[in-house]
Amino acid sequence: MIPRTPETRLGDGGLRRLIERAVDPRGAVVVLLVVILIAIVVLNPSFAEPGALMRFIQRVSPVVIVAIGQYFVIVSGEFDLSMGAVVTAQVMTAGHLIGEDDSKTVPVLIIMLVIGVVVGIVNGLATTLLKVPSFIVTLGTMLVIHGAVMWWTGGAATGNPAESFRQLGRGGIEGIPILGLLPYAVLILVAVIVFAVWISRRPFGRTVVAIGDNAEAVTFAGANVWRTKTLAFVLSSLAATVAGVLLAGYAGVHPSVGQGYEFTAITAVVLGGVVLGGGRGTVLGALIGAFTLESLFTLLNFTSVPATMRDAIQGAIIIAAVAYSGVAFAKKRRRPATSATTSPTNEQTDPSTTSAGTSSPIQLTGGDEAERK
Amino acid sequence: MRRGLRSALGIASAAALIALAGCTTDPSVEPADEGDGAQEEAPAEEWFDQELYDQQLKQREVDPEGPEDKPYLQMINPKMGDTSEFKSDGGKKMCFANASISNPWRQTGWITMNEQLKELKKDGVITEMETRDAQDNDDTQIADIDYFIAEGNCDGFIISPNSTAAITPAVERACKTDKPVIVFDRGVETDCAVSFIHPIGGFAWGIDTSQFLIDNLSKGDKVVALRILPGVDVLEQRWAAADKLFGEAGIEVVDYFTEGDPAEIKKVVSDELAKGDVQGIWMDAGDGAVSAIEAFEDAGKDYPVMTGEDELSFLRKWKDTEMTALAPVYTNFQWRTPLLAAEKIFQGEEVPTEWVLPQSPITAEDLDEYLDRNKGMPDGHYAKFGGEDMAGYPQVWQDRVIP
Repeated sequence: MIPRTPETRLGDGGLRRLIERAVDPRGAVVVLLVVILIAIVVLNPSFAEPGALMRFIQRVSPVVIVAIGQYFVIVSGEFDLSMGAVVTAQVMTAGHLIGEDDSKTVPVLIIMLVIGVVVGIVNGLATTLLKVPSFIVTLGTMLVIHGAVMWWTGGAATGNPAESFRQLGRGGIEGIPILGLLPYAVLILVAVIVFAVWISRRPFGRTVVAIGDNAEAVTFAGANVWRTKTLAFVLSSLAATVAGVLLAGYAGVHPSVGQGYEFTAITAVVLGGVVLGGGRGTVLGALIGAFTLESLFTLLNFTSVPATMRDAIQGAIIIAAVAYSGVAFAKKRRRPATSATTSPTNEQTDPSTTSAGTSSPIQLTGGDEAERK
Repeated sequence: MRRGLRSALGIASAAALIALAGCTTDPSVEPADEGDGAQEEAPAEEWFDQELYDQQLKQREVDPEGPEDKPYLQMINPKMGDTSEFKSDGGKKMCFANASISNPWRQTGWITMNEQLKELKKDGVITEMETRDAQDNDDTQIADIDYFIAEGNCDGFIISPNSTAAITPAVERACKTDKPVIVFDRGVETDCAVSFIHPIGGFAWGIDTSQFLIDNLSKGDKVVALRILPGVDVLEQRWAAADKLFGEAGIEVVDYFTEGDPAEIKKVVSDELAKGDVQGIWMDAGDGAVSAIEAFEDAGKDYPVMTGEDELSFLRKWKDTEMTALAPVYTNFQWRTPLLAAEKIFQGEEVPTEWVLPQSPITAEDLDEYLDRNKGMPDGHYAKFGGEDMAGYPQVWQDRVIP
């Protein structure tokens, strides 16, 4: 995580390094997360108990999974606005098709996965082969899916799916020492993270980031851009599917479940240092961003802010956080330019990043001369 | 360096913002110690209307006039208006400008209204109804009404306004056609309509629900209020009345907007349970009630005293858990009344200028009866839909195909 700036290499002590780390935007979001968590614990000490913490991770996991899915699309330079609609569609599918019949759980799960894959392929192919901007394509699929679900269900839930299906999002393994209950959602989240980190270290993950940086160069280098991007869209709608399964269990079936998830996910991803426009960012960044965002919502629930004001405060904090990273990185980018000898070290592989080996500054503008030199 | 400082300041001030917001509101959340517990700064105040509150408070106690077995034809304190000018023979075409069918309550009502239309067609008075759905949009609804006036070939108008102020001029234009106009559900700021049909209202809801919670809780207990959205008068009035009564009774109450999203509701309730015990749940509409109850189950806490709505998902969960609850009703059978009123008007019969329908909550005593009447209905169905005596019952509502 430590940027190898001249100061740190001079080696003057841990304090300076710590400050550097905190001022660095990637560090800053971690600091923000820690500050928020501390504030929550101060306001409500029982939050720190392992059981409560597990419950918190359980309920945050759908958002985190959606954010990780969105990461692959954003880092490739695209957007997936259809995620929220996919979540809604999956939740409603579960409610309508499974009903109270336990035996339908597995077949319906398979149908849901197929829906996820199909949506991803449509988004991906329309973006890559038909060359429609993904913003428009996924806006379209969002409306199509949402409209289709409303038409099919009449916009109202028939009821919650069978309890065995809901266990995935609601239940867990009981009787674990210290934790008490280990929610299945936490296990699924861990599996998703492991898979995402693994795949982002594979050639696929590196190609995705490279495409986001410069798709033309990647094409010249012989990689298959359309296939990689389509796969990114498939991963994203599969992530939305998994989130839908968890949410149907956690909360139940309702046409408003999943609404706005695409923007929550994009916010989380940006907060975690992934660059809109692609080419920079890590899975872990998206993960931390999502946790930060959700902790912020929880903190606001704990601080008894008036209900009407919450959105405004959320927005202010998100702008402040992203603006901070933007400003700090603009400054950091200038630094190596003044001492040319140190700039190559800045580009060295950062062991903590899981993607293409570059660090992941938030750059809201396209200027990344320092990195490309 | 200066830039870093500036941005650090930005973060600090954002943090201060939360801290400040937390501080300033704390007193209003804590049970007020001073005096009679009146809160000095209640946000619900701007929606509070003492006159309307008193009127609805009284209307709750009134025995409605009208046929016992047909609640959709009952009326509270009616002032009858003469309709002889509209009396005419032959089949009539009604034009219905609907605000939306975007929630389960409106969908249930819309299904019932269509069944009512089928029955009326047999009598030969109302032979046709053309409907336009404004999809929750004022501009669309104004255009719909103007279309009806200009080329709808309508013999009468039924309008379920999307919002009060914005739709008023369009309703006035419809009145100028000298054809009967019937407004129902939300109101408009003109009394040019022949009849304005609505249940008692939001304050009555707020009074019934908060009184139930107050009766079943004690001073200092905590209630979480789950609200759909701010700024909608029918919802704000429910909250304004409840907030007032909770304050007077010394009940601690904290409110949240959830848009009826069960995931959001569960988060909010879980967080409140993590903070401390919650003894009551109040809702301004019942959507998502079940996930609030499940939050208590998952946290391993005792069930709260709760008010939801007459949506079947809530009634069924209430029955399963045997919790202490009340299902207030925003009378769904009012969707039958406008067409029946239109028939009366064309026959020259008197109708009330303001047709106030009964609005009585479902209590623990009624619960089994209403569950039985609505057996096999989907969870999004509303128990007091009032269509039990129609030909399509129960199949039409069980299938819940939106017409």
